[in-house]
Amino acid sequence: MSLLEVKDLQVRVEEREILHGLSLTVNPGEVHAIMGPNGSGKSTLSHVIAGKPGYEVTGGQILFKGEDLLEMAPNERAAKGVFLAFQYPVEIPGVTTWNFLHAALNAQRKARGEDEISSPAFLRKVREVAKSLNIPQDMLKRGVNVGFSGGEKKRNEILQMALFEPAVCILDEMDSGLDIDALRIAADGVNALRSPERAMVVITHYQRLLNYIVPDVVHVMSKGRVVKSGGKELALELEESGYAQFEDAA
Amino acid sequence: MPAVQETVERVRRIDVDQYRYGFETQIESDKAPKGLSEDTVRFISAKKNEPAWMLEWRLEAYRRWLTMTEPTWARVDYPKIDYQDIYYYSAPKPKKTLSSIDEIDPEILKTYEKLGIPLREVAILEGVEPPPGGPPSPSRKIAVDAVFDSVSVATTFQKELKAAGVIFMPISEAIREHPELVQKYLGTVVPTSDNYFATLNSAVFSDGSFVYVPPGVRCPMELSTYFRINERNTGQFERTLIIADKGSYVSYLEGCTAPQRDENQLHAAVVELVTLDDAEIKYSTVQNWYPGNSEGKGGIYNFVTKRGDCRGKNSKISWTQVETGSAITWKYPSCILRGDNSSGEFYSIAISNGYQQVDSGTKMIHLGKNTSSRIISKGIAAGRSQNTYRGLVSAHRKATGARNYTACDSLLIGDKCGAHTVPYVEAKNSSATFEHEATTSKISEDVLFYCIQRGLSQEEAVGLVVNGFVKDVLQQLPMEFAVEAQKLISISLEGSVG
Repeated sequence: MSLLEVKDLQVRVEEREILHGLSLTVNPGEVHAIMGPNGSGKSTLSHVIAGKPGYEVTGGQILFKGEDLLEMAPNERAAKGVFLAFQYPVEIPGVTTWNFLHAALNAQRKARGEDEISSPAFLRKVREVAKSLNIPQDMLKRGVNVGFSGGEKKRNEILQMALFEPAVCILDEMDSGLDIDALRIAADGVNALRSPERAMVVITHYQRLLNYIVPDVVHVMSKGRVVKSGGKELALELEESGYAQFEDAA
Repeated sequence: MPAVQETVERVRRIDVDQYRYGFETQIESDKAPKGLSEDTVRFISAKKNEPAWMLEWRLEAYRRWLTMTEPTWARVDYPKIDYQDIYYYSAPKPKKTLSSIDEIDPEILKTYEKLGIPLREVAILEGVEPPPGGPPSPSRKIAVDAVFDSVSVATTFQKELKAAGVIFMPISEAIREHPELVQKYLGTVVPTSDNYFATLNSAVFSDGSFVYVPPGVRCPMELSTYFRINERNTGQFERTLIIADKGSYVSYLEGCTAPQRDENQLHAAVVELVTLDDAEIKYSTVQNWYPGNSEGKGGIYNFVTKRGDCRGKNSKISWTQVETGSAITWKYPSCILRGDNSSGEFYSIAISNGYQQVDSGTKMIHLGKNTSSRIISKGIAAGRSQNTYRGLVSAHRKATGARNYTACDSLLIGDKCGAHTVPYVEAKNSSATFEHEATTSKISEDVLFYCIQRGLSQEEAVGLVVNGFVKDVLQQLPMEFAVEAQKLISISLEGSVG
C-alpha cells in the first residue's frame, strides 16, 4: 500500500481554484521533489495535506496509509505521522523550545493512546536527538524560534522531525533564506532521517537543494497540476531550460 | 472554520461559565439594616466594640463621602450603583463563642475546604512539581486569615507568629488590642479623603487583616488572607494594613472568590502598606471574584485602592497581581517612593473574557533620591471584554536620579475585544531616567496552526501561547500561587483544566 496518495485534488482559496486535479503517489522510503514556479500551487498542496485552515477542497481525496486524511483534524494528522516543516517557522515568545517539544510530543502520544513521557526521560531523548543532529543544547532553552537565525529555525524543524518520527515529512521550501553552509547542514539533517519506512516530499523552487537531498522522483507543477514526472535528472534539465516550457503545457 | 475563529467561538462558549467557585454556603447571618446612613456606621462600629476614636474616624469619612461624587474617568461602563440597596454588614451567626478551629461552623469549614484553603494548621506540600532537575520543594507553612463576608472567621498559626514577634490578626481585633499601632498608621497611606471608594470603605469597613513585623524580623512564613463574599446583596469592604518595621521582611498573599449570582455585588477594599528603613513587603494577589455569566449578567464590581508607602530609606514594596475575576475591575496598586534609594515593583497579569471590563495599572510616585521602580504589565483580552492599562510614573522635583522601567504588553484573542494602554509620565527634574515599552499582539492563525501541526489541540495551543506571554510575571509569584495562577489562567481562557 502506498503511504500517501493524492487523487485528483481540487482546492479553492476564496473562490479561486488553485489546484485543478492534482495526483501524486508516494511509497515508503521514497523521496519526492516537487518543483515549479511561484504560484504553481506547491505550498497550497503542502498546506492542504497538513490541514491548514482557509482552504476548501472541492474535489478528489488524500489517503494516508489508506485512511481518508481530509476527515482528520490537523493535530490528529500530526499524531498519525504527517509532519510539515514550515517555510517560515513561527516565533513563540516565553515558551522554551524544550517545553514546546515536550508538550507536543505528549499530545501526540496521548492521541495515539500511549503513555506520556516524563520530563527526565524526555530530556534524555531530546538531548540525544539534538546531539545526533549537531544541534547545540542551548537552543532548547530559548523561546521557540525567538531570535533564531534562518539556519537555526530550519534546524529546529529538523530536530522536531527527528523527535516525532513521522511517516511522511513535507519540507516546504526548506532552502529559502539559507546560505550555502546552512543549506548543507540542514540537508545533512534531512538525509540522516531518510529510512526505508519514511517518505519525504521536498518542495522547492530551485534545483540547488536537490544536489544535497537527492530525490527518487521529481514532479514539475504548473498552474495547479503535475505536468511532468521523472527521475532526478529531470531537476537538472529544468535548471537548464527553466519552467517556461511547461507554462503552455498546463 | 479558520483556527482563530474556532478558538474565539470556544472561548465565548465556555469562558466565564467555567467559574468553579460559584457555590453558595447556606448559613444564617447577622446583618445590618439595608442601606447607608450614620446609623449603619454606628451599627458596624458597635458590632466590633470599637473605641470612640475609631467611630469618630468612620463618621468623619462618612460625612466626607456624602460630599463626593463617583469617579467616571476609568474606561468602564456600568449602571448606576444604588448605595441604599446594599447590606454593609453581614456576619455568619456564631453558634457559640469559639475557642478553637474545631468550633467553627462546619458549613464554613466546608466552604474553605472546597476552595482549597487550609484553615487547619498544616504545612502545604501538595500540588507543586519541582522544576526539571531542580531540588524538591521544601514543605512550607502558610498562615491564613479567612474573611467571610464582613468578618474574619479564623486566623491560623497565630501562636507561632507571636513567638517571632509578628502580629497577624483581623483588623477589628487589632483596633482593640493594638490601638497605638493602628492609630499611628491607619489612613496614613490612603487618607480617608483619598477617593470616593476609599472614603466609603473608611466609613463602613468591617474586617480585613492587620500585620505588624517588628524591626529586624524576617516573617517565618507566608501570610495570607482569603476573602469570600457569600451573602446576597452584600458589599464587602475590607481593610488591610501591613507595617514592616525597620529591616524586616514579609510576604503576603491574598485570594478572593464569590458565589455565582445574577445581580452585581460591590467590593470596595483598601490596602495600605508601610515599609520603614531597609524593610520589604511582597504583596501578591490572585483575584478571582465571580466575573458574571457569558451574557455579562452578574459579577462583582471590584473598586479597590491599594497603595504602599516606602517610608524609610532602602525600603522596597513589590506588588504582584493576577486578575481574572470581577465584572468590573478598577484597581491601581501603587508605590510612594518616599525614602531615599527605595524601590517599587508592579507585576500584573490581567485577563478579561466574556463582558468583563478591566481598568487597572499602577502609580509609581518618586519622591526620594535615587529611587527606582519597575512595571511589567500583561493584559489579555478575549470575548467581548475591554482591558485597559492605566499607569502613572512621576518624579518629584527633588527626586534626583529616579529610574523607571515600564513594559506593557497586550494580547488579543478574537476581534470583539479591546486592549488599551494609557500611560502618564511626568518628570519634574532632569536627572530622571524613564523607559517605556509597549506592545499589542494577537494570537495569529499562523502561530496556532504551527502548534496544532505539531500535535497540540486548539486549547492546548492557546494555553501554551498565553502562558508564554505571562511568564515574566508568573515567575514573581510564590511557587504555590504560581501553580494555582497558571491553572486559573487556563480555566479563564479555555476550560481545559490543568
